[in-house]
Amino acid sequence: MTDASMDNAAEGARRTISLYADDDLTRKRNAAEKRFQAYGIAAIAAGLFFLIVLLVSIVGSGVGAFQQTFITVPVYLDEAKLDKNGNRDVEDIKKVSTFGYNPLIEQAVFDKVTENGIATPLAKRGDMKALLSASAAAQVRDTVIANPDLIGQTVEFRILASSRVDGYLKGRVKREDVERDKNIDAEHLDLVDAFVASGVIQKQFNVDFILGADASESRPEQAGIGVAMLGSFFMMIVVLLLSLPIGVAASIYLEEFAPQNRWTDMIEVNISNLAAVPSIVFGILGLAVFIQFAHLPQSAPLVGGLVLTLMTLPTIIISTRASLKAVPPSIRDAALGVGASKMQAVFHHVLPLAMPGILTGTIIGLAQALGETAPLLLIGMVGYIATNYPGGIAEGFLSPNSAMPAQIYEWAKRADPAYYERAWGGIIILLVFLLTMNIIAIILRRRFERRW
Amino acid sequence: MPVLWLILIVLVIGAVGFVIGRQKALGSAGGDSRELHSLPTYYGSNVFMKVVVPALLLMVVWLVVQPLMIENTISKMIPDSEIDAGSNLGLVMAEVRRAAEGLDNAVAAGAISEDMARNARADFTDMTTRLKDAGQIVTSEITQPILAAAQQYRISTSRGSLLMTIAVIAVALAGLAWAYMQTHKDFRARNVVEQGVLAILISAASIAILTTIGIVLSLIGNTVAFADLYGVGLLVRELGHEEIARIVAADPELAAKLGQDYSDIEFGMEYYSGWARSWAGLADFFTNLDWAPSFSGRGGASSLGIIPLLWGTLYISVVALVVAVPIGLFAAVYLSEYASNRVRSFAKPMLEVLAGIPTIVYGLFALLTIGPILMSVFGDNTVGWMQGQRAVLTAGIAMGIMLIPFVSSLSDDIINAVPQAMRDGSYGLGATRSETIRQVVLPAALPGIVGAILLAASRAIGETMIVVLGAGAAARLSLNPFEAMTTVTAKIVSQLTGDSDFASPEALVAFALGMTLFLMTLGLNVFALYIVRKYREQYD
Repeated sequence: MTDASMDNAAEGARRTISLYADDDLTRKRNAAEKRFQAYGIAAIAAGLFFLIVLLVSIVGSGVGAFQQTFITVPVYLDEAKLDKNGNRDVEDIKKVSTFGYNPLIEQAVFDKVTENGIATPLAKRGDMKALLSASAAAQVRDTVIANPDLIGQTVEFRILASSRVDGYLKGRVKREDVERDKNIDAEHLDLVDAFVASGVIQKQFNVDFILGADASESRPEQAGIGVAMLGSFFMMIVVLLLSLPIGVAASIYLEEFAPQNRWTDMIEVNISNLAAVPSIVFGILGLAVFIQFAHLPQSAPLVGGLVLTLMTLPTIIISTRASLKAVPPSIRDAALGVGASKMQAVFHHVLPLAMPGILTGTIIGLAQALGETAPLLLIGMVGYIATNYPGGIAEGFLSPNSAMPAQIYEWAKRADPAYYERAWGGIIILLVFLLTMNIIAIILRRRFERRW
Repeated sequence: MPVLWLILIVLVIGAVGFVIGRQKALGSAGGDSRELHSLPTYYGSNVFMKVVVPALLLMVVWLVVQPLMIENTISKMIPDSEIDAGSNLGLVMAEVRRAAEGLDNAVAAGAISEDMARNARADFTDMTTRLKDAGQIVTSEITQPILAAAQQYRISTSRGSLLMTIAVIAVALAGLAWAYMQTHKDFRARNVVEQGVLAILISAASIAILTTIGIVLSLIGNTVAFADLYGVGLLVRELGHEEIARIVAADPELAAKLGQDYSDIEFGMEYYSGWARSWAGLADFFTNLDWAPSFSGRGGASSLGIIPLLWGTLYISVVALVVAVPIGLFAAVYLSEYASNRVRSFAKPMLEVLAGIPTIVYGLFALLTIGPILMSVFGDNTVGWMQGQRAVLTAGIAMGIMLIPFVSSLSDDIINAVPQAMRDGSYGLGATRSETIRQVVLPAALPGIVGAILLAASRAIGETMIVVLGAGAAARLSLNPFEAMTTVTAKIVSQLTGDSDFASPEALVAFALGMTLFLMTLGLNVFALYIVRKYREQYD
């Protein structure tokens, strides 16, 4: 009796477990499982979201830099103003400064107003100035000096519009902002609308942004990244010529010849530490050693290249060692077996087999160096306005220049918002270079990679 | 470019040596290369190596040493009277170099004759005007001693490079003769050449050590100079003018040394020992709660305390890690434990694209995208917490995005290294996947993950472009993440890119900041590696 009642009590306490219905604990555990998985998906989604936002804001804000607003007008090159003596002597023509050209261009634009029958309260020739870039006069003057016979004729010029007009067409300058703007009035914007309708003002692809030189702070419409691109190019030459041989030599020694001793350990520790030193510290090193101590010229691509070489060496050494290690020992053994010396085995057999991997690592290292900015700030590659193309190869290495990332930083610092568009545009160009380099690296790896 | 020519000449001698060395070796074996100890090329290479390597080494050493020696002798020529207050020997020497360069250019342009440029007794007013006429940028303050020094500088330099050319070519020819004499069919050319190549490999590998030494030396030297200058300024300001006058009056020896006109700084340099000055400077640098460099004048009342900068650095880094660590870690866990191969092969490279984007892009992204978004959420129009676009959050979020792939790919590797058997054991006991991950995989991977986070932190601390563009310029000790703060790296940039005098404490402080930064990141890296090594579970 008692036994039976105890059995019953135990029976009642035991929960019924069904294979078909989940109990609370299982449900909780399954929910936790789902939640955990959702966190993971959310994290990846967040990462991809950031990537997309980044790319969208780069492309969205930067594409505008590749288009520029131009005014196409026929300018009458008045002989009475430009060449008073009438003898077409270049020296005489050079005496007329850009101030002499401004009225001619303004008159040409003003004529367009009457020609198209545009009603505007801007009744003076000088009112047209706000539409034109400050570089317009220099452009016309350069054309005339290059070809003095044009004087006395009416020549069609494609002239840069001022950055306000450009901004208006691109939606950066709004009508409500203009009230406080000293450089341009609402009437000008009406005129711009009319000119756009009649095709005098047009947005066109702007080659000068890619190939041109930087301009002063007040002329964003004229600024281009071409000279800085050359600076980066010369820097990358220095980096390639120094870091590839040195990196390969160092890796061969460490991977193939180095005995296990204290000196080798020290080298290894140093390389892994240098790989993690902040890039700005390399800038300090460059400033102290190359500029203060060795008196190398400031802002020169040579110095920038040296600093970036020191910075990328650890990366290149690490990747080169990995690809040397990937060559199987049987290759070395076979070479040694037929009588090659150790050095011959390495240089004739291991190194050629590791070459695709080494090149891949080098290209990735170069891509890293190309985008690096911080060390360049300290050796003076920022603040220098790169307006001139280097005259030759020696000058390309030694004369002051900027570099692409430094130029982007320089633009980002300037007060005029028109430069922000330029900075984003510069980033697009920089990223195109980086993308190309990485794709080349991937192709190299795919094409020549060998699985042993 | 004489150096370039010199290199070419040496290379040509080397190439000639290669050919005749090879010929001689073959000749000594009677034209039968089987008689030789090594392949004929090695005999040529041996000669080439012995011509080129010592000659170029000598040239490099000469190029480094010659300017130092010339500077040393020339700087003795400059009387103390030339170095006026507010200047130093370095600036005067720079002037001498400029003047010498101007003379060179003027001679090259034909404005003055070589004799005139060398003639130490040349009428110097005449010289200055001639230089100016020749279009050389000459500062107005060229004085007789500076001109004399510049002339001496030119003469020494040209004599030095002539000597160098002779010496280098002589060494190259000597090497040629030596190696040519050695060349014989029994000479072990291959072994010698391989020894030489090995030496080149070793020196290439040692560049890493040289770089570290260079970093440490350039940081230490300038940091000591900073501590000295900053410290003496603090000490004399503490004493005050009257007290200094009293001390000098009481000490005739000191008064004699200082002379009539002395500045407070000059007094301090004599009165205090180097240790006392440096100590005072460093103590203030590390404890002062205020960062307010003055650029108004020399010896102005700058206070250069690193604490507000460190605070900004750490705060921004913490914000960055708060963004990057959860996202990166969960992404790594999902990619390595849950994701199908297709998802993994798509998402992993996409995340790593974030790592390949240069930091300047993140800087611009912070300034022009994140800042305005934050302003529209927390700005004056809504809650009014944020005054400007540059803030701790702006820079922190951008830096966090940059660090996501860093954390995720490091953690991914580490999680993948946990052996499958441990997971299988956990599943066998009835654990779900997430329980396995939380209670088995992550604890096993923890040391590695901690190491990865520390490495990410060291990246965040050393990051420059994002904070230069996104974090602002004002040094502040504040807890508000919507305020602009600045960091160690941002201040290194601003102190060294300004127009300030290079020898002022305001510029030199950048090196002290750099030293602190270097030590901090180095410490973090070493600590991270230590943790990984020490606590790593060894599986099979």
